[in-house]
Amino acid sequence: MARFGMVIDTKKCVGCMDCVVACKTENDVPEAFNRDWIVQDVRGKNPDLHMEIRTERCNHCDNPPCVYCCPTGASHVHDLGGIVLVTHDLCIGCKACLASCPYDTRFIHPEGYADKCTFCVHRVEKGLDPACVSVCPTHCMYFGDLDDPNSQVSKLLTSRKNHSLIPEAGTKPQILYLV
Amino acid sequence: MNPLSRRKFLKISGATIAAAAAIGTVSKALDKAETTKHKGIQKIPTFCDICFWKCGAIAYVRDGELWKVEGNPLDPLSKGRLCPRGTGGVGAHYDPDRLRSPLIRTQERGKEMWKEVTWDEALSYIADKMQKIKSQYGPESIAVFSHGIGGNFLKHTLKAYGAINFAAPSFAQCRGPRDVGFRLTYGEDVSSPERTDIKNAQCLVLIGSHLGENMHNTQAQEFAEAVGNDASIIVVDPRFSVAASKAKYYLPIKPGTDLALLLAWMNVIVTENLYDKEYVEKYGFGFEQFKAELLAYTPEWSYPETGIEPKLIRATAREMARYKPATLIHPGRHVNWYGDDAQRSRAIALLNALMGSWGRKGGFYYPVSMDVPGYPYPSYPTPTKDKVDNPDKKYPFAHEAITTGIREATLTGNPYPVKGWFVYATNLIQALPNEEITKQAIQNLDLVVVVDVIPNEIAGWADVVLPESVYLERHDDINVEWFRDSFVGLRQPVVESPHDQKPNWWIAKKLAEKLGLGNYYPWKDVEEYINYRMTAAGLSFDELKKNGIILGTKQPNYFDEGVPAEFQTPSGKIEFYSLQLQQAGFDPVPKYKRPAGGPAGSFRLLYGRAPVHSFSRTQTNRILSDMMPENEVWLNANIAERYSLKSGDYIKLKNQDGVVSNKIKVKATERIRQDCVYMVHGFGHTAKGLKHAFGKGASDSQLLTRFETDPLMGGTGMNMNFVTIEIEA
Amino acid sequence: MNEYTTTRHNELVDPSLHIWGWEIPVYLFIGGLVAGMMIITGYFIFKGRYKDKACVCRVLPLLGMIILSAGMFTLFLDLEHKLYTWRLYLTFKVASPMSWGAWILIVVYPTMIASFLINVPEYFSKKFLWMDKISEKLQQHKYAVKNIGVVNMLLGGLLGIYTGVLLSALGARPLWNSSMLWLLFLVSGLSAASAFVHMVAKRVDERELLAKADNGFLILEIFVIALFIIGMVTSTKVHIDSALVLLSGIYAPAFWVFVLALGIVIPLIIQLLAVNHKIKHTPVAPIMVIVGGLVLRFVIVYAGQYTHWVDAGF
Repeated sequence: MARFGMVIDTKKCVGCMDCVVACKTENDVPEAFNRDWIVQDVRGKNPDLHMEIRTERCNHCDNPPCVYCCPTGASHVHDLGGIVLVTHDLCIGCKACLASCPYDTRFIHPEGYADKCTFCVHRVEKGLDPACVSVCPTHCMYFGDLDDPNSQVSKLLTSRKNHSLIPEAGTKPQILYLV
Repeated sequence: MNPLSRRKFLKISGATIAAAAAIGTVSKALDKAETTKHKGIQKIPTFCDICFWKCGAIAYVRDGELWKVEGNPLDPLSKGRLCPRGTGGVGAHYDPDRLRSPLIRTQERGKEMWKEVTWDEALSYIADKMQKIKSQYGPESIAVFSHGIGGNFLKHTLKAYGAINFAAPSFAQCRGPRDVGFRLTYGEDVSSPERTDIKNAQCLVLIGSHLGENMHNTQAQEFAEAVGNDASIIVVDPRFSVAASKAKYYLPIKPGTDLALLLAWMNVIVTENLYDKEYVEKYGFGFEQFKAELLAYTPEWSYPETGIEPKLIRATAREMARYKPATLIHPGRHVNWYGDDAQRSRAIALLNALMGSWGRKGGFYYPVSMDVPGYPYPSYPTPTKDKVDNPDKKYPFAHEAITTGIREATLTGNPYPVKGWFVYATNLIQALPNEEITKQAIQNLDLVVVVDVIPNEIAGWADVVLPESVYLERHDDINVEWFRDSFVGLRQPVVESPHDQKPNWWIAKKLAEKLGLGNYYPWKDVEEYINYRMTAAGLSFDELKKNGIILGTKQPNYFDEGVPAEFQTPSGKIEFYSLQLQQAGFDPVPKYKRPAGGPAGSFRLLYGRAPVHSFSRTQTNRILSDMMPENEVWLNANIAERYSLKSGDYIKLKNQDGVVSNKIKVKATERIRQDCVYMVHGFGHTAKGLKHAFGKGASDSQLLTRFETDPLMGGTGMNMNFVTIEIEA
Repeated sequence: MNEYTTTRHNELVDPSLHIWGWEIPVYLFIGGLVAGMMIITGYFIFKGRYKDKACVCRVLPLLGMIILSAGMFTLFLDLEHKLYTWRLYLTFKVASPMSWGAWILIVVYPTMIASFLINVPEYFSKKFLWMDKISEKLQQHKYAVKNIGVVNMLLGGLLGIYTGVLLSALGARPLWNSSMLWLLFLVSGLSAASAFVHMVAKRVDERELLAKADNGFLILEIFVIALFIIGMVTSTKVHIDSALVLLSGIYAPAFWVFVLALGIVIPLIIQLLAVNHKIKHTPVAPIMVIVGGLVLRFVIVYAGQYTHWVDAGF
């Protein structure tokens, strides 16, 4: 079984938000909402500064609190590569999943259901990369099977130092950031 | 925290309405009945126009509606990946604030009061006024400001009419000083797309150039590639830019002192014998005189000016030398800062010459192009006057027309009156410094015509506004690009214009006919025109329509690939010492002059780009405005604390001449020096028609009341303004 | 300090989570209050006081149903996809406290109806004779009635516990990551219910009893809050920062003044004086307890949403 995940090279990312725009047009994400976004994490004092730029989205956790807390089963883990999805007409809009996500990746779609990144499952099913990955002008994003040791993502993780977001929350996020 | 949002209340009351919609099967059946045309996905290649880089794109049309735009993998510029603006180009088509029909002014200029008219009325009105100007003042009295390939046909009509004054802010307000500095040194421009071989550079030096925030696609892509290749990056910027975060060395320079740093770098490289001797001997002219002048500029001399420690200057100079000739000191793009910009750019050209990077891999390549003949039009009328923008060659090294020179002539009537302005796709109010002068100049005009897609500020001052189709709805001239690889690109319509907008070629052709210049348009429509040019070049128009791009054959880009090392300078060599500058009364080797400071307690106003916006053109694009709805003013964290300000607070800025900005959000940050503030250009719109962008953020250009004109080429240095903080009451 | 900027800006999520407004705290408070009322009702039924015409346990189930329905209505108001609410009852998700809650609420109503029918108040029994008949029949089965009392206490306990677990299961909000939260909400619910019943009870001895009980619950609540805070401040950085939101942060005034001082300590002093007959019983103290309980839910729900894992140091 595949385990889909993303590897993002923070060294190359310039935070241009092309990934965000591509997600918007690909998935018709409504105005004023974002399924992915850019974080600039700055440490230090001028002029000795360090900045990590990251593109963030649902981490499609292996231990997904949003799926556990969902009272109707709307939030679920898809058979294909462990992608975490929401079935719109099962969702009652209780927002427990929004509260349960340490990454604050979810929002309420204007139509009332909880929404978030789907890893572009409709593209992945056709063997394509998610829209954000496919447009990135800096080629800083990689999508693939983390369980396959020969995949590009796995190789990047063994060859480069990397970190995930808030590992201490115990959700086992599947997006990893190369530093 | 807002416990009960308005939206939620609406939702409760809307629940009953929603109930009807929830009967899924019924509504689905209705949907099916409605969508009849173009079922499925069509992919149509074209090239982008959200900025002027002209990236090849593929537009997706889903069930007859524009869905998304992706990069064209065949395109050497985008390599199949657009920048965020290109990806968000969809929003330009759907923008509700677009111009919809031709407009004629009903009240005084600037009031933005219009009546909608037909194209025939609008063009007759323009033609009538143009004929009057021609008979009274001569055709030279109409000036044209046009930015981008879209204006080609309009320029053709005006040339046929007899106009000679054509300018774009891309020279005197952007890359002009750089191209002049390089011309004086190598005899050639850096041109656009820049001939910088970033992807092969092993050491890349950025001086105020914020690649990654400035999202010219090829430049940003190659920058990331260089970073990925572990190239050594050196960034000089008062602001810790995105590029700075990728740098091995970050030099937080005192604004306005870059030339002092460049001279010190060259001093180190020359005195430590770190330059490419063979290259300099072979191609250089006047090196000994140049060297002699440099000796005074030690890092110790530079330190009090730049604030960069001598040991850091030495370390970075040696770092550059380590990777030569694959060391690229980037010439920048928008380089109008302090009025000495051509000389500073020349210093950059010279530093590159010391590295031997011009014509070498990882430095500056030689761009190539395909041979596509122009259309054989009748020749244009012979002008009876000189161009108006640069009388008596006041700026001897300007090789393009100076926008602010035309403005000056319009204002003063010298050397002769300018009575009409055509403005195509450039928002002059925000593009030229000191907008009050622009508005005064406009008062002297008998005709102002603006052709654009959105009602920008300059449209508010027009007599006639002509709504153009956005790039996704029109043909334009073909793009025969000068780049690393040669190619031809096609812009073709993807969807229809939603209202009464027309493409530039149609507008230009109709206007020519109104002016009795129909003989200048022997072709029926633009496809016939493109087909003629393609056939003349021995290329297939059908292939171009299908693929969007036709690639040329591989040609050499570097000296060692066979490009002849010829320099179009008076000496035929790379001019370390410039006799032509000396003869014109300028410094043959650049000299540093300390920039004037501001009033006590004020901050130098710096401005730049955001990756998701182009100039002041994209703030109503709903997708792009969603990414960045307003700009922020960057304020050093310590300064912010002194004013008890935190990120998100709104303030106003007041410049040295008492001009007060619109309110703007504070970004309190360690990422900027304490002596300057920074904002992204293009916000703070005052045009009422830009409903979505009106009043969001502040306009830097409104605060740029002072500028220093470059004596070499007439560029306007605009980092000469200082602001104080006005706390919102 | 780190500079952390995001371009997300999603409604209800940024700059800090604010998905739940007044509806959820009100619902949680009502849940706790009704839970307490059920436990008190159950205790009185179990003790056989249901036979007493004046016993407050005759009216509590009806009041409980009315109040709980109001609470469920506020819960419904909060749902964003209301037309799909029925989806709750097509499944049972064992890991989801919300699913547990949905089903607990389903069984709570029959229990309260049964409790109500044990000895229907005259107002109804005169109008609806069939109710009186059911009461007569029920009262013949003493053990059944006792069991109804037990079920009341059990379900009341579950209901009260669930209102706390609902939040503490949401691990992403550090302030809610406490195994004391269920106890806090249960005790607070009992205390509010005692205060409420103290006001509505007709019999002086019941009122006295509940005032004493309330004092006990209030003292217990102080300990639970103390342990809740101690648990937080002895945990990780994010939890310490979360506790500081209550102790010295933006919710400190509400916490110290309305929850602790006006909601617990002052009414406790008043009621201690009252039960020792130093002063007369008045509704002042119970009302303060009830309002304090409500404010407690607001503070915990709001402050909890305000806390998160990233970039702690709020």
